[in-house]
Amino acid sequence: MKHLITPLDLSVHELDDLLALAGRIYRNKERYKKVCEGRKLASLFYEPSTRTRLSFEAAMMNLGGNVLGFSSADSSSVAKGESIADTIRVISYYADICAMRHPKEGAPLVASMYSGIPVINAGDGGHNHPTQTLTDLLTIKELKGDLNNLTIGVCGDLKFGRTVHSLINAMVRYKNIKFVMISPPELKIPDYLRRETLDAGNIPYTETSDFESVMPDLDILYMTRVQRERFFNEEDYIRLKDSFILDNNKLKNARKDMLILHPLPRVNEISTEVDSDPRAVYFKQAQYGVYLRMALIMKLLEIPDPYQKEELC
Amino acid sequence: MLNIGGLHEGVVIDHIKAGGAMQIYHYLNLEKIDSSVAIIKNAKSNKMGKKDIIKIEGPITVDLDLLAVLDDDITLNYIENDVIVKKRHPNLPETVTNIIKCKNPRCVTSSSSERGLAHTFKLTDRKHRIYRCIYCEQKFKGQL
Ligand SMILES: [Zn+2]
Repeated sequence: MKHLITPLDLSVHELDDLLALAGRIYRNKERYKKVCEGRKLASLFYEPSTRTRLSFEAAMMNLGGNVLGFSSADSSSVAKGESIADTIRVISYYADICAMRHPKEGAPLVASMYSGIPVINAGDGGHNHPTQTLTDLLTIKELKGDLNNLTIGVCGDLKFGRTVHSLINAMVRYKNIKFVMISPPELKIPDYLRRETLDAGNIPYTETSDFESVMPDLDILYMTRVQRERFFNEEDYIRLKDSFILDNNKLKNARKDMLILHPLPRVNEISTEVDSDPRAVYFKQAQYGVYLRMALIMKLLEIPDPYQKEELC
Repeated sequence: MLNIGGLHEGVVIDHIKAGGAMQIYHYLNLEKIDSSVAIIKNAKSNKMGKKDIIKIEGPITVDLDLLAVLDDDITLNYIENDVIVKKRHPNLPETVTNIIKCKNPRCVTSSSSERGLAHTFKLTDRKHRIYRCIYCEQKFKGQL
């Protein structure tokens, strides 16, 4: 039995397989509407995250399965102090697969150690959010056709932003990947990522706080939020936040086929005028998130794709 | 030359950084074993200037390789019938359980409902002796 706890739990080969299945589902959703008939997904959300929960539940329903679960800790037995191990042992008798969101780092790993059913980490604190990372990869793969040979700009809070760290760790497994790190000097990527991932793998990268100058180089622009609480004083925040807001003016030198991604929700880091630009794919990304989760549920439940062969012909 | 006088069978933990003996004493839970234990502080050392030494008498029931987590330059001298039969450095264990406690307040091990959970660290960087919590990846680097 397999679980998905960190974005790197899948080998590049398994990941290719998963993304290919997600792509087939995306192109022919109708065909998959009964493959999980009679199966149940437990969504165990120890903290609210409506968008992620609905994405998982929609995915299971699209496959013809059912969902059950809770959406915050106060409505669950955890409020009475039950351990994760005990909860998952019981849930294993009620459902066939589960998605767990938890405020504590490592909680889904604990669940997987005692579970009788596959566990999907739906976010553990600020630690891992593998289905977000896999969704990012699916979006790039579907819209660029390949995960190799890309220059990826990541912008915003690169110091604390775990989505960015996960994306970097996932993308360095592909060939000819370059990164452009765009952030205020205060929010540069952390040393361990620089040392253990980028330098260790000889991955080329540049760092800048000049957004516009690097724009023409990028195949992908991955935007994240610069949070007020990361700054010591209000003046610094106000001075810096506007330099890292994406608007049409900053996009004027960008490539015509560049993609703009964002894990959502956005606050003000992408001006709404950008939404109608064909390069803005962040809402499409949310849509891909459902197909990615559909494919993941099928893979973890070991349900073969009845249409895999057709595509090969 | 190390004086092993009085130790017929047991282990001499040598080349402990000066001042580190008490930390090791507690770390290995030596207060809980029945054997007689001698601690020598600030012994002269050609190599280190000053060093600490711990002598434990009798058959050894504690896992001395755990010492590598703190300092792998320590020397373990195994003694039988008044002679040193084996001399070695402790080997870094791949995992350590309930020896190091995870101090990350966001880690699942800090939850009140998860008190029974083992604190497990995995060796992630042998060269730099770095361990990480298996749950939250919090780094631990042992130091005396
Ligand atoms: Zn931890």
